Amino acid sequence: MNKLSNQRAWLFVVPVVLLVAFNALIPLMTVVNYSVQETFGNNQFFWHGVGWFEQVLKSERFHASLLRQLAFTTMILLIEVPLGIAVALCMPRKGPWVSVCLVLMALPLLIPWNVVGAMWNIFALPDIGLLGKMINGLGIDYNFTQQPVAAWVTTVLMDVWHWTSLVVLLTYAGLCSIPDAYYQAARIDGASGWAVFRFIQLPKLNRVLTIAILLRFMDSFMIYTEPFVLTGGGPGNTTTFLSIDLVKIALGQFDLGPAAAMSLIYFMVVLLVCWIFYTAMMRNEGQS
Amino acid sequence: MSASFGLQWMAWTGPTIGFFVFVAASIALMGLWEKLQPGGAPRRGILGIDTTRGDRLFITYLGSGFIHLAWLGFLGSFLWGALIVSVIYAVIVFRWV
Repeated sequence: MNKLSNQRAWLFVVPVVLLVAFNALIPLMTVVNYSVQETFGNNQFFWHGVGWFEQVLKSERFHASLLRQLAFTTMILLIEVPLGIAVALCMPRKGPWVSVCLVLMALPLLIPWNVVGAMWNIFALPDIGLLGKMINGLGIDYNFTQQPVAAWVTTVLMDVWHWTSLVVLLTYAGLCSIPDAYYQAARIDGASGWAVFRFIQLPKLNRVLTIAILLRFMDSFMIYTEPFVLTGGGPGNTTTFLSIDLVKIALGQFDLGPAAAMSLIYFMVVLLVCWIFYTAMMRNEGQS
Repeated sequence: MSASFGLQWMAWTGPTIGFFVFVAASIALMGLWEKLQPGGAPRRGILGIDTTRGDRLFITYLGSGFIHLAWLGFLGSFLWGALIVSVIYAVIVFRWV
């Protein structure tokens, strides 16, 4: 028999398989089991079929939170990606300011999510917060605890503040990896700044930007802590995103069946988007 | 106290056991297929992407999940129809994607 490699290396994978089984597969299987049953506690379950899925799919509450989630994710992607690229382009590539800029950019990423929520809550309060008081001082009526638009603006601003740095750092790393020869060739051809960006930098950033968009999509699509601490999903339900709604159903109302069905639908949407991004990345790789 | 290190807390049911056994069996079958015909049969299909047998199985499962959800949302809880559509979809994916 022609053995190509030492198969014993597979044994090293066993710990990972066990870990994934315990922290992902078993909980996921449990969620699938819960999604087809009804429980009133005391570990007693009653068969309910696909009723919960049907209920969730037809629930206006689910549609509304899914729509809010998609709107939020689209908004922050539309702001953070161009802004991140712009900031990365402005950052120095050489000299002492490089480390200063990098540290400043990394700072928001180091702050725990609940702290970010609490910070922005205090920062934006209309009566004592620096931002809230200032906006009101300018004559604009702003109160994120009562006005839906103000709550949305504050939530989006908070996310942009917290996560644009990630796009900046990834883009900056991508920009630094472009060899000087490309810029020299562009100079010889007399290319404008826009042409350099469009035909050298942007194509070279393709892969890193795909990863940045994927990471930002995933994070923002599963966002929970920051808006929960900032607005608690309010005023009313206006900033109740999917994960906040899910926790309300699962832990607030203890409706495990509908919550399990909702999380599986949520999981499938995330899986689909991940697969689309993965396919796009692999396609780019194939072309390059 | 009915102390147990059992799996009651996972609330297993017959149909969900059947579902997971089917998934595990299909993955095992893919392993067997790979053993018989190594290489994963990579090709570029109608989606314009390179896929192996494993990719095609994943696309089948993900698509079937959405077919069932769509059926449930638009047509109701008689899911045998969705299952038939999913099988047709699986054949299409394994043949042309």
